Amino acid sequence: MNRYTVAVLVKNQFGVLNRVTSMFRRRQFNINALTVSETESSDLSRITVVFGGEEIEKKQLINQLYKLPDVCSIKEFEEDSSVSCELLLIKMKNDTATRDDILTAAKAFGAPIVEYSKDSIILRLTDTTRRIDDFINLMRDYTILEICRTGSVSLEKGSTTIRQAIYL
Amino acid sequence: MILSGADILVKTLIEQGCDTVFGYPGGQILNVYESLYTYQNEIRHILTAHEQGASHAADGYARSTGKVGVVISTSGPGATNLVTGIATAFLDSIPMVAICGNVPTTQIGTDSFQELDITGVTLPITKHNYFVRTVEELADTVREAFVLARSGRPGPVLIDIPKDVQIAKCEYTPKAPFEAEEAQAAKDVRIEEAASYINSAKAPYIYFGGGLINAEAQEEMLALADKIDAPIGCSLMGISGIPTDHPRFLGMQGMHGHYASSMAMHNADLIISLGVRFNDRVTGNRAKFATGAKIIHIDVDGSELCKTVNAVCGLRGDVKKTLQKLLPLVNESRKEDWSAKIAQLREEETTVTDNREGMTPRRAILTLNKHLGKNTAVCTDVGQHQMWAAQTVKMQTPRRFLSSGGLGTMGFGFGAAIGAAFGTKERSVLVTGDGSFGMNVNELATAVSYKIPIVILLLNNGVLGMVRQWQTLFFNKHYSNTILDRKTDFCALAHAFGAEGETVKTPEELDAALARAFRCEGPYVVDCRIDKDEFVLPMLPPGGSMDDIIVKLEVEK
Repeated sequence: MNRYTVAVLVKNQFGVLNRVTSMFRRRQFNINALTVSETESSDLSRITVVFGGEEIEKKQLINQLYKLPDVCSIKEFEEDSSVSCELLLIKMKNDTATRDDILTAAKAFGAPIVEYSKDSIILRLTDTTRRIDDFINLMRDYTILEICRTGSVSLEKGSTTIRQAIYL
Repeated sequence: MILSGADILVKTLIEQGCDTVFGYPGGQILNVYESLYTYQNEIRHILTAHEQGASHAADGYARSTGKVGVVISTSGPGATNLVTGIATAFLDSIPMVAICGNVPTTQIGTDSFQELDITGVTLPITKHNYFVRTVEELADTVREAFVLARSGRPGPVLIDIPKDVQIAKCEYTPKAPFEAEEAQAAKDVRIEEAASYINSAKAPYIYFGGGLINAEAQEEMLALADKIDAPIGCSLMGISGIPTDHPRFLGMQGMHGHYASSMAMHNADLIISLGVRFNDRVTGNRAKFATGAKIIHIDVDGSELCKTVNAVCGLRGDVKKTLQKLLPLVNESRKEDWSAKIAQLREEETTVTDNREGMTPRRAILTLNKHLGKNTAVCTDVGQHQMWAAQTVKMQTPRRFLSSGGLGTMGFGFGAAIGAAFGTKERSVLVTGDGSFGMNVNELATAVSYKIPIVILLLNNGVLGMVRQWQTLFFNKHYSNTILDRKTDFCALAHAFGAEGETVKTPEELDAALARAFRCEGPYVVDCRIDKDEFVLPMLPPGGSMDDIIVKLEVEK
């Protein structure tokens, strides 16, 4: 199974996310991550979809997205020509036995401490999905209290933008 | 001019060229009905017995005319009763606009009386839907809905209008209907690619569906067939696309398709498919489907290309325009061997065709054919009768065979026949079975009230024949809940509704009854008794291939 990242520019309207996810559900696409936010233009929202599947399923997903009237533009991201990252907040148990190891790892990964208390430490890491996975795996040796991560967001390298492909 | 939302809605419908709507009133759509009363000289509303009937009527109107069919209902149960009709239209790509009332915006989300999230309910069965929040956006929403419904691959669009939006007033400015963005021909490079496949094919088969009828590309397809000497077959949705007796036409293929058509497709080295979507009833076991053939697939909806079968060449674009560009690139050729093979398949088909005397289903449809006019719309419900009609009905004009292909909706036919009668302004025919007819028989009331001339050929075998056929073949004749054995007297029922009706048991009686039915001013039920053990043949068993085709079957009684 391959992993694909597709960004979708949609009209920033009530219910659009529902339309997109409803289509994913009824055609049973295997979605790994989904992020939605406003864009530089308030009438458009950007949905970044990370999903697993074969090439043919990816084509089908894109074709089906094109059929939704609220979809304005679609861009598929190749790893080489794009920049992707996601955000992780991780709450670790704070005790004397593991504190140094946790902080050393955090430093190595470039994850700042965003909250520190007697019993817990919250770290923040902004990085690629793979690096975040690695960091979480490393933290599994200690006591993870809670994890919250966003889906991946992506931009293409260079000056071209998704808006240049708007067809509506 | 300042108008209420309800008036704006009706004015905008008229603006779109809509002169007939189907529907059923109710609490949250009352204001729209008031406007329909006001503008009754410009737009006609047909009241059905049930919203489902209205939705199928709008569908039948759209199928028979190519125009957008419009259905109106109230909120809640009125809206949910449209759901089967909307889904039927969605699966068969029929342009429809469904309009529902809803509770006032101030009450939305409070579970008020007859409040329902119909935009949520219909999300997966509409091309798009709208919840109109303010009266100012109403007119353009309706205009946009009409464009969406008929553009590209057509389909149903729903507009949900809360009651306060119907009451609120704003400035209304008439506008010309929005132009739909016309679908373009496929890319040149793909067309050239397709031409080279066609030019090297020795045994091409042209396969078309409803998409060809939508694109009105019959002429181009026939020109291609003549140029490359290819036979033509179609899907259920393609029936009526070209005249049944066209010398190149082999008929419907697929699970219950014509032997020669299915076999030709199976033996072809190239399948040129036009406006089809290769569903499972068409392909059978996909792994064994036309293994020797390359597939060229032309469709206006790009998501159909390589969805279920792999095409060597997928062309996204308008079928007509693409064929126009393709034609000059294709070499004229005669294919003696392939033509001989087709002739042989046709010959073989005659040996497996059911030519029994007596009141057989095929005899019934052949008898019906004698009475059909060039322009008569034949509608069906779903089941054995649908397949018998699809196999044998004589068609001369496109858009005159109306059948629920994708969703397979029992109860579709009567509403569709009502819509088609308004669409064609002629008598329409409903071929149905006793199971399907029972589902929406209430529409007899509509047909009687409006004196709609509909010939109802009811192939009555007292069982749910298609399901029973599967039980005979695959479930050890365990006839679980398929033997209706009801005491319904369909003639008496017709009379009770104020319609005509008679029962026939022989082809001669049927012929005479149909002659009377085709002269009747309103609906006429011909209750035609057939044997419960009749089969639809040929049959490809589910998941089977052409090697498994069943052409003859004897079942011990």
